[in-house]
Amino acid sequence: MSVANNESVAEIKARNKELIKEVLAVYPEKTAKRRAKHLNVHEAGKSDCGVKSNIKSIPGVMTIRGCAYAGSKGVVWGPIKDMIHISHGPVGCGQYSWAARRNYYIGTTGIDSFVTMQFTSDFQEKDIVFGGDKKLAKIMDEIQELFPLNNGITVQSECPIGLIGDDIEAVSKAKSKEFGGKTIVPVRCEGFRGVSQSLGHHIANDAVRDYVFDKMDPNRPAPFESTPYDVAIIGDYNIGGDAWSSRILLEEMGLRVIAQWSGDGSLAELENTPLAKLNVLHCYRSMNYISRHMEEKFGVPWCEYNFFGPSKIAESLRKIASFFDDKIKEGAERVIAKYQPLMEAVIAKYRPRLEGKTVMLYVGGLRPRHVIGAYEDLGMEVVGTGYEFAHNDDYQRTAQHYVKDGTLIYDDVTGYEFEKFVEKVQPDLVGSGIKEKYVFQKMGVPFRQMHSWDYSGPYHGYDGFAIFARDMDMAINAPVWKMAKAPWKDDSNSKLLAAE
Amino acid sequence: MTQNADHVLDHFDLFRGPEYQEMLANKKKMFENPRDEAEVERVREWAKTEEYKELNFKREALTVNPAKACQPLGAVFVAVGFEKTIPFVHGSQGCVAYYRSHFSRHFKEPTSCVSSSMTEDAAVFGGLNNMIDGLANTLSMYKPKMIAVSTTCMAEVIGDDLNAFIKTSREKGSIPEDYPVPFAHTPAFVGSHITGYDNAMKGIISYFWDGRAGTIEKLERKPNDSINFLGGFDGYTVGNLREIKRIFGEFGIKYTILGDNSDVWDTPTDGEYRMYDGGTTIEETLEAINAKATISMQEYCTEKTLPLIAEHGQEVVALNHPISVKGTDNFLMTLARISGKEIPESLARERGRLVDAIADSSAHIHGKKFAIYGDPDLCYGLAEFLLELGAEPTTVLATNGGKAWEKKMQALFDSSPFGKNCKVYPGKDLWHMRSLLFTDPVDFIIGNTYGKYLERDTGTPLIRIGFPIFDRHHKHRYPVWGYQGGMNVLVTILDKIFDTIDLATNVPAKTDYSFDIIR
Repeated sequence: MSVANNESVAEIKARNKELIKEVLAVYPEKTAKRRAKHLNVHEAGKSDCGVKSNIKSIPGVMTIRGCAYAGSKGVVWGPIKDMIHISHGPVGCGQYSWAARRNYYIGTTGIDSFVTMQFTSDFQEKDIVFGGDKKLAKIMDEIQELFPLNNGITVQSECPIGLIGDDIEAVSKAKSKEFGGKTIVPVRCEGFRGVSQSLGHHIANDAVRDYVFDKMDPNRPAPFESTPYDVAIIGDYNIGGDAWSSRILLEEMGLRVIAQWSGDGSLAELENTPLAKLNVLHCYRSMNYISRHMEEKFGVPWCEYNFFGPSKIAESLRKIASFFDDKIKEGAERVIAKYQPLMEAVIAKYRPRLEGKTVMLYVGGLRPRHVIGAYEDLGMEVVGTGYEFAHNDDYQRTAQHYVKDGTLIYDDVTGYEFEKFVEKVQPDLVGSGIKEKYVFQKMGVPFRQMHSWDYSGPYHGYDGFAIFARDMDMAINAPVWKMAKAPWKDDSNSKLLAAE
Repeated sequence: MTQNADHVLDHFDLFRGPEYQEMLANKKKMFENPRDEAEVERVREWAKTEEYKELNFKREALTVNPAKACQPLGAVFVAVGFEKTIPFVHGSQGCVAYYRSHFSRHFKEPTSCVSSSMTEDAAVFGGLNNMIDGLANTLSMYKPKMIAVSTTCMAEVIGDDLNAFIKTSREKGSIPEDYPVPFAHTPAFVGSHITGYDNAMKGIISYFWDGRAGTIEKLERKPNDSINFLGGFDGYTVGNLREIKRIFGEFGIKYTILGDNSDVWDTPTDGEYRMYDGGTTIEETLEAINAKATISMQEYCTEKTLPLIAEHGQEVVALNHPISVKGTDNFLMTLARISGKEIPESLARERGRLVDAIADSSAHIHGKKFAIYGDPDLCYGLAEFLLELGAEPTTVLATNGGKAWEKKMQALFDSSPFGKNCKVYPGKDLWHMRSLLFTDPVDFIIGNTYGKYLERDTGTPLIRIGFPIFDRHHKHRYPVWGYQGGMNVLVTILDKIFDTIDLATNVPAKTDYSFDIIR
């Protein structure tokens, strides 16, 4: 099906440039000018992808982005399992994000864990008119009474909070005092702040700094005996169990994981992270802020890693090991060797079925680059990629370590652009989100959700790669795609069609 | 090592392996500062008690696990039901990402919707420029025949005036002077998604009937014999509207479904993506003013829309999600009365088949207790049907149900001996429901996907009927209205009852004497 395979790089570049010109033609002049800065064809050797990023979305274009609340409640804070996260404002935000992100955890829900619950202040008109602070205070009382084993509360602000001038900081402070120093975290992640989920991540990181780290008693007793091998996993949300299939590798190589941020995480783990000898950072975009802070304030170094696909996993295990002594370096080699037969078997089984297949990606924080290696381990090629909410440092990492010459790059892609790109490039697989999934499947293009793993996973680590490979094969080689055209209809011009 | 290439283990098997189990136990013990297990158990048991229920019902401020969404979701539901129409939600863009995801998770279909992407500067200066640019972009990119505007709470709090903004957008040339842009203010802090349905539907109808926001003459009604139909916010809209069309067809009645989203949420996979499909046309919407009457299948979704239509001289009829025999009888007799046509024999036969099925099966349902939650009309329709089956809708809860609904439900209970011990809970949430399931246990729950948490915690089997249904596929394709819909609901209930009996009787040499082949 793929067109890309039969073309030279020069041809691909020319085609992609033409394609960008073509999609821009649909826009009013002002919009075309703005969108042009977000679309590019990657040139090998360049230090970034040549696109502008982290800029306001254009009204009316059908951006795929979310908001700051989604970045804080949905991504950073929501998975902390022993705290209660109040969606503060009207009912919708909490309702649409209720248990939708598959942050797996172990705990008795409703008693000592609360991740898959929807706590909301369900704002009514009177709360808008008279303010919601009294209601918020009362909510905290009711939480204490009905959920006595919660270890803390966060206030996840929805749009109206910042607009009506509520003082959630004062309420949180007063209640924290009243409850004997309980951790209560006001988060100013109103949906209108910033341009995407990204500012929500940053605000949530800052809230950890201000209301967890800065409130800790510096003289508190050590929660456990430290070892030279203590590390924390940062920026893994345990979607489908990703953090677990990562943690097991770190522990097998001899490290001790003292905290998970934030998938299956707890308040105690957040508090204890400054004791780590190294923070290992998976999703750079959403948690680089707190990693930098811990480096500056507590002297904890951090290193980025990538646990998608055996090539990147091995590279990452060695990189992490390089921060430690020979025992850990040997441990890394031992782990790589241990899983080698499994990886060989997975690749032997799936690579022949996937070799040469092309992929277009459009995801969030790290996956538009991080998963490229995993596809390449299976003989597949990523021919287009883009981010919902990247900053330029993400595009630098993408250009310098991941994408090939001629790759189509699209930042904050619009529905229209994405459809047209796929229609013209005709990839064998699209990896993006739920809003995009059915659009492309209707066009007859195999699709995997690369936010939620399409309700599968884990995809991280060696155990996860087996599932990843199986899923990609399942998507691309499903018999259903051969049935999209009725046999009595003319098939000679079979191409994927976007909506007109 | 647990994983293997020949038989790839999924998450539900993988993490049960001994390496993972040990790792997770160690994580908890060493690093999570966990609560004492006995204490967790004590609180878990306490949360089942009457004492806890009383505290729980004393809640005044906190909402936990509500069964309702916000207004703009209902507005998007309405807008996609009009031909080549894009919902345009004025306010923060994250909301639109949520609505689109929410519908796509339920229908397993794309949902097109745009936002005016207001950010901090718009919060200060208002969202006029976002509206002007947004309308122009949407029009040139997606070439809709109509853009239906609604609002998020952000735009409502800062007080953006849609009518004025759209007018200014026309003046600035963002959209042509006569381009249709109906609109509705849909504040998320008032009502719920069913209120949003009502406001958006009313907005579209009044826009087209009453002179397009003061830009042209109002339409004059020239009565004809047609009947208008409003489905209300309905997770079964695909199956239900097709069933309704079939019923109108059987009658031979001329009809207009206002907001027909049954095609756009059920497009084929044939190589072409249809961003738009089907839907009520503008011409049909204009023509609808001349109809003899308008029937709403959901009273509480059309509390403002129906009075507006009545003001234009039509008869309006509000039903309550007819699932029961009586409900459909009433629907058909209403159609017959308004149209002057006799109820076709084919539908009488269908009725007989549903009654036949109830007679065959009611022994398995009779006397069973049910807890129902969902939107007010759905709750009513289900409760009415259960009463016909000799079952007891013991607990009926609607987070977005009000006083009028409460009264109506009570009247329904009072009308049947099976309603004697039944109770209605307006404005309560699923954490209230959890308490009730412990203190006043029932045999089955009927509700949406989120009911699975209640099923897990209380052991009460869940029958999935409602919105959203995320974890089962394709249910929205099957109608729950009409006699055929009643049949589908009956079978859905029976399947769960029989599965539950089988599960409770399958231990060899212990319980399997009752593992019957014939039921």
